Amino acid sequence: MDIFIQQVVSGLATGGIYASVALALVMIYQATDVVNFGQGSMAMFATYICWAMLNAGVPYWGAFAATLAIAFVGGVVVERVVIRPVENAPILSVVIVTLGLLVIFTSIAGWIWTYVQKPFPSPFPSKPLKAGNIVLGAHDVGQIGVTLIVLLCIYLFFRFTPLGLAMRAAAHNPVSSRLVGIRVGRMLALGWGLASVFGAVAGMMVAPILTLEPNMMGGVQLYAFAAATLGGFSSPGGAVLGGFIVGVVENLVGTYVSFIGTELKLTVALAMIIAVLLVKPSGLFGTTVVKRV
Amino acid sequence: MSVLLEVRNLEAFYGRTKALHGVSFSMMAGGITTILGANGAGKTTTLRAISRMVRTAGAILFEGQSLEQRATEDVVRLGIAHAPEGRGTFVHLTVEENLTLGAWGRRDRGGRAEDFERVFGYFPVLRARRRQVAGTLSGGEQQMLSVARALMLRPRLLLLDEPSLGLAPMVVREIFRILRTVNRDAGVTILLVEQNAALALDLADHVFLLETGRVVMEGPSEKLKSDDAIRRAYLGY
Repeated sequence: MDIFIQQVVSGLATGGIYASVALALVMIYQATDVVNFGQGSMAMFATYICWAMLNAGVPYWGAFAATLAIAFVGGVVVERVVIRPVENAPILSVVIVTLGLLVIFTSIAGWIWTYVQKPFPSPFPSKPLKAGNIVLGAHDVGQIGVTLIVLLCIYLFFRFTPLGLAMRAAAHNPVSSRLVGIRVGRMLALGWGLASVFGAVAGMMVAPILTLEPNMMGGVQLYAFAAATLGGFSSPGGAVLGGFIVGVVENLVGTYVSFIGTELKLTVALAMIIAVLLVKPSGLFGTTVVKRV
Repeated sequence: MSVLLEVRNLEAFYGRTKALHGVSFSMMAGGITTILGANGAGKTTTLRAISRMVRTAGAILFEGQSLEQRATEDVVRLGIAHAPEGRGTFVHLTVEENLTLGAWGRRDRGGRAEDFERVFGYFPVLRARRRQVAGTLSGGEQQMLSVARALMLRPRLLLLDEPSLGLAPMVVREIFRILRTVNRDAGVTILLVEQNAALALDLADHVFLLETGRVVMEGPSEKLKSDDAIRRAYLGY
C-alpha cells in the first residue's frame, strides 16, 4: 500500500510539471486560438537565460524576475515577427510555423550552450518532506504550489479583468472585436507574451528535476499536450487537473504494468491523447459551444 | 442640420473585383437614412467601407475628418458603431460580457452602469438573460444584443446591416420601434441597410437606391414611397 501511495504522490509531483506547461499551452490557445508546439522549447530557452544570469552571479529571485520580463518581450517579438505574417493563413501553416519555433529554439540553445546537461538550482529547501513512509521532495511541493498560483492568476485575469475579456474576444472573434474597437493585433501579441511568461515559470521549475539541456522539454511537452487535451484546451483548471491525472496514471502504469516500465511510459501519454479525442474531443472540462440560429 | 457623413466617389474592392463604382451621398446629423437595393447591389459593402473593412478608393468624411487612412478600431473610436451582417455576436461570451465589449472603444469609460440600464430598458429580455452565453440566445435576441452592443458605444452614427434578416415579423417590428426611439431620444444618426423595403421606408426619412454599385435614385422616403417604379420593384404592390 505504501508503494502505491508513494507512486501516486510522485505522480502528482511530475503531474505538476505537466500541468505548468499545459497552462502555457492553454493560455496561448485562449488568447490567440493557436496551439503552440514551440511552447516547451521557448520555455527551455528562457530557462537558459536564467541560468546564464545565475552563472553571472545574479541572485535567484532577481534572475527569476528578469527572466519573466525577457520571456514576455520574447513572446511578443515572436508573435510580431513569426506569427503575424501567417495570421490569416490556414491553420496548418500556423501549426508548421510553431513546429519551426520548436526546432529553431532547440538548435539555437544547443549552439550557444551545447547539449551538455547543466544542473539548475531550486529556490526551495533540499530537505525532503516525510509523512510516515511517504517521501516528497520540497521542490516538488513548491513547484506544485507555483503551478496552482499561476492557475489562479490566469483564472482571475481572464474572468475578472476587462483586458482578459478583450483578449478572449479577440481570440474567438477578431472581426467583431475590431468592430467594438479592440486592437486585435495587440491582444494577440499580449497573449503570446503572457504564455511565454508562464512557460518560463514552468521551465525554471522543471529544470532542477530534469537538469537543463536543449531537449529538456521534449517529453514534458508531449505529456503537457496529453494534459491539455484531457482537461480541455479551453479550460485552464481542466488542464492542471489533466496534468496531475496524466502524471499519476503514467507513474502507476509504469510501476504496475510490467511490460511498460520506463521505456514505454511516453506511449501512455499518446494513448491518453487518442483515447480522449475519441471519447470526448473537447476534454473533460472543455466547452463545446452550442449555437442556435 | 449639419452634415455628419459625406461619401464621395466611393469605390470598393474585394481582391480585383470592384463592388462599388463611385458611390456618393451625404447624411444629415440626427436623421435615419436607408440604403435599398437588390442582393449584390453593394449595400453591405458601403457599410463595410465606412468601417474600413474593405479596400476602397474615394473619400469618406465623418464630421469633416477623413476615414480612409484609419483602421476599423479607430473608426469605432470616433463614435461609429456597426451592427454587422450576421450580427457579430461573441457566441462564447455572456450577454453582459458582449455589452461590456460594446463600450470598449469609448473614450470616456464612465457611466457604464447607466448605459447598461438604458439598453436593458430598450431590451428587457437581455436583462433576464444577462448571465447566459450569447450563442444560446434565439435569433431575435441575438439581433437585439447586436443593436444593444452597438449602443453601448454611445455612438453618434449607428450602422445597421439587415436587422430584420431571418426574424419573425413581430420581433422585427419591436426592433424597429426601438430604433425609432433610439434615434429620437438619444439623437443617434442611423444608416440602415435593409431588404425589407416597406419597413425601411417607414422608419427612414431619407433613402438611397443602390444598383450594382451605383446610386441610381435618392430622396426623402415619402417621395420614394409614392414612386411607381420603386413601389413595384421593392414594395411589391
